[in-house]
Amino acid sequence: MDELILARSLFGTTMGFHIIFATLGVGIPLLSLISEITYQVTKDKHYAVMAQRWTKGFAVLLGVGIPTGTIAGVQLTLLWPGFMEVVGKVIALPFQIEIFAFLLEALFMSIYVYAQDRLSASMRIISLSLVTLGACASAVLITNVHAFEGTPAGFRIVNGEIVDIDPWAAFFNPSFFVTGGHVAVTAFMTGAFTIASIAAFKMLREKGLTNVYHFHRKALMLALITGGFFSLLTALNGHDSAQLLHKYQPEKLAAAEGLFETQAYAPLAIGGYTDRESKEVKWGIEIPWLLSFLANNRFDEVVIGLNDYPEEEWPPLFVHTLFNAMVGIGFLLLGLSIIGFIWHDLMRKKSFPKWMMWLFIATGPLAMCGIEFGWIFACTGRQPWVIYRVMLTEDAVTKTGGIGSLFIMFGIVYLILLISVVLVLYYYFKRHPVSKEI
Amino acid sequence: MSDEILAITLLWMFVFIYSVAASIDFGAGFWSMIYLKKPHLKATDIANRYLSPSWEVTNVFIVLIVVGLVTFFPTAAFKIGSALLIPGSLIILLLAIRSAFLVFSHTAYNKYKSLLYIISGISGILIPALLISILPITQGGFIDGSNGTEQLLFSELITSGSVYTFIGFGITSTLFLSSLLLADYSNVAEETKTYQIYRTKAIVIGPISLIMAFLILLTMREEANWLFENMMSEKIWLLLSVITFIIGYIFLWIPGKKVKGQPRGAVLFVILQYFIAGYAYGKAHLPYIIYPDMTLRIGFTDPNTFRALFVVYIVGFIVLTPGFYVFWKMFLKDKRYLKHT
Ligand code: HDD
Ligand code: HEM
Ligand code: HEM
Repeated sequence: MDELILARSLFGTTMGFHIIFATLGVGIPLLSLISEITYQVTKDKHYAVMAQRWTKGFAVLLGVGIPTGTIAGVQLTLLWPGFMEVVGKVIALPFQIEIFAFLLEALFMSIYVYAQDRLSASMRIISLSLVTLGACASAVLITNVHAFEGTPAGFRIVNGEIVDIDPWAAFFNPSFFVTGGHVAVTAFMTGAFTIASIAAFKMLREKGLTNVYHFHRKALMLALITGGFFSLLTALNGHDSAQLLHKYQPEKLAAAEGLFETQAYAPLAIGGYTDRESKEVKWGIEIPWLLSFLANNRFDEVVIGLNDYPEEEWPPLFVHTLFNAMVGIGFLLLGLSIIGFIWHDLMRKKSFPKWMMWLFIATGPLAMCGIEFGWIFACTGRQPWVIYRVMLTEDAVTKTGGIGSLFIMFGIVYLILLISVVLVLYYYFKRHPVSKEI
Repeated sequence: MSDEILAITLLWMFVFIYSVAASIDFGAGFWSMIYLKKPHLKATDIANRYLSPSWEVTNVFIVLIVVGLVTFFPTAAFKIGSALLIPGSLIILLLAIRSAFLVFSHTAYNKYKSLLYIISGISGILIPALLISILPITQGGFIDGSNGTEQLLFSELITSGSVYTFIGFGITSTLFLSSLLLADYSNVAEETKTYQIYRTKAIVIGPISLIMAFLILLTMREEANWLFENMMSEKIWLLLSVITFIIGYIFLWIPGKKVKGQPRGAVLFVILQYFIAGYAYGKAHLPYIIYPDMTLRIGFTDPNTFRALFVVYIVGFIVLTPGFYVFWKMFLKDKRYLKHT
């Protein structure tokens, strides 16, 4: 296989692995914070126990999140030296500021976890807020580099030289706010649904309406409401993300929607797969006019199709499926949390039917799939560019060979880390059951 | 001061902070492995009490070095990145295993604890050894750029005396600095027995690390004469560094309040020694980032970017200062934490 494909696969694998822990690292502190505040308001000890247990799990997850993030940062330099040269000159600020976000998180994370017994209630809340802030800021900032790759700004290239550099213009590139916001709200929602999954699973295991059952039911409702709230924001903000593509990267939107003909009153294709031969979406459902409306809030908006571009500049066509899956998951989870809320708080039922519980259990893994699909769509859909219309991926890649064996080594290490983190968490919570703490 | 010098000074500061903090961190991991089977001595316990809250903060600094290099000297980062693909990957893999298993070992079931400690302890010694061998690489002769891309010359590397003296120095420094700090730490915690253990370690290993440093100079004269010549014009600093070492060492013998030795003074002087020696080495290394074809000037970033970055550094560290203060108060000063069992 050629080295470029290997480098892309290696980097994609690293990121796909890191993002699991990074997302939970952003989401879970928020949940702990919410339950810590709920505890101060209600004085219900269950919420204090929740905050502690989730933070414990979070501290273990960081044991993988931080080293894989370090790998991501170093690997970016090792695998894509051409890209990093531009990054260093133009879009250095987010990387830099991110360090401070990491420091903020690391300092207060240690303070919250290892000095918990010596902290006052308000100091605990402050620490957790700063952990959440640090994690969220680091995610938004690193995503800003990704945003810059899609909508580069703040420099010009003249005869192969980078000139007229304005680092702040690069920082506030057109998609910074929307993309950063999307990553933050999806991480919050994923953290919440992961908690919901665990709580639902524990409730199913519990016979009768015991104290433990009530503990998990409270956790489930807290998580569902938080998750539902952020799913709503995700959908609204995802809409903005798509409009941004329409404006700045039309071929990516065209690939996401499987649109070949440039047209006004463009239809929205849901499901199915994009067929390169016949240039259409097969087996999908078409809703007339909707795509034009989504792209710019009017039905007569002209949406550009792939035919307007030479075929070698097309992104891979399977991104249509990834995009659909991500959006589908978003709406499914929004719906589920509304159902859960109505059932529990409006209809005031004490327990949920089994099928609903199984759906709740699925929410966490589904949200995580949404994250993975979204990222693979965003990064793969940018191909063949590493910086849109400025630098080709093949020009950024390292010329040092031997990536194949590295790929295998990293793969093995990720596998080991994954298995061990699951075992460590499983046995830890098994030895420290919640029944002993409440 | 020119922008380039300012940038390399900042970068040098990060490298210095990381090398001290990481030596302590990795060394503590190693000691907690060694004393695992002797719980009554509390050596593992003390090492862990230091490690648990601090490894994350230490780890940020390695990211800071990479980011600093890429953002200040993108062209140099390009070359180093190309040349170090394989060894760099090995280092981050080991680092990942080490950090992860360190965290796991705090949570895991006792039966598996020793295995986890061994993994994190051994990789904690290998990593400094690998990291420090980047220094001789920058001294010239190990990167071949003739094929259009930077290639590391492995066979030259493994037959070079410099590399081994650096590795020896890296390992002994790791053990020396960590035992010193842990001696101080156990002294504050009033664990006299543990203090004695770490003090003895420091007394034995300190001189060895100094000898290693001399060996580095010897091999440098053979293999990187330009650097050796430059170092020799920094004789004053080298001398000062030896003097601070001796003062620090003497502090380990001066009678303290309850025990023999004043570890706090020893820690401060030895860190000062590393600072001075590092300064001399860094100054002698200039203007080369990688000898002979990568100087500060060639590799420097855009001036606008540099200015923006510099402002961010200043603001960032000011904003974070209270955080560092609280951290220090909670884990390095508060006796309740140190004595906690
Ligand atoms: C739980 C995960 C999740 C969910 C439910 C959604 N997204 Fe998303 N989406 C992401 C997780 C994600 C992500 C992983 O966070 C991405 C990848 C890159 C990025 O910036 O965010 C992303 C990217 C992304 C992009 C591409 C941005 C780019 O290429 O620069 C668009 C257009 C959307 N999303 C739109 C939506 C819409 C219309 C949704 C409807 C509900 C939606 N997303 C739900
Ligand atoms: C964490 C979630 C992420 C995932 C799962 C992810 C996934 C991927 C994948 C699958 C590829 C290979 C694309 C292909 O060749 O088809 C890739 C490439 C790449 N991504 Fe991402 N990515 C993530 C985040 C980021 C971020 C935050 C940045 C910006 C700093 C980024 C920058 C890049 C670069 C520079 C490449 C290589 C060049 C290229 O193929 O365009 N990625 N990523
Ligand atoms: C190219 C892409 C990325 C790089 C280079 C990267 C780099 C890093 C690094 C270096 C760390 C460790 C920090 C430390 O030492 O404390 C880390 C951790 C983390 N990353 Fe990533 N990351 C990337 C993508 C992402 C994305 C897309 C997100 C969020 C959606 C994210 C969120 C986090 C979080 C929350 C942590 C947790 C640990 C901490 O903040 O200390 N990262 N990442």
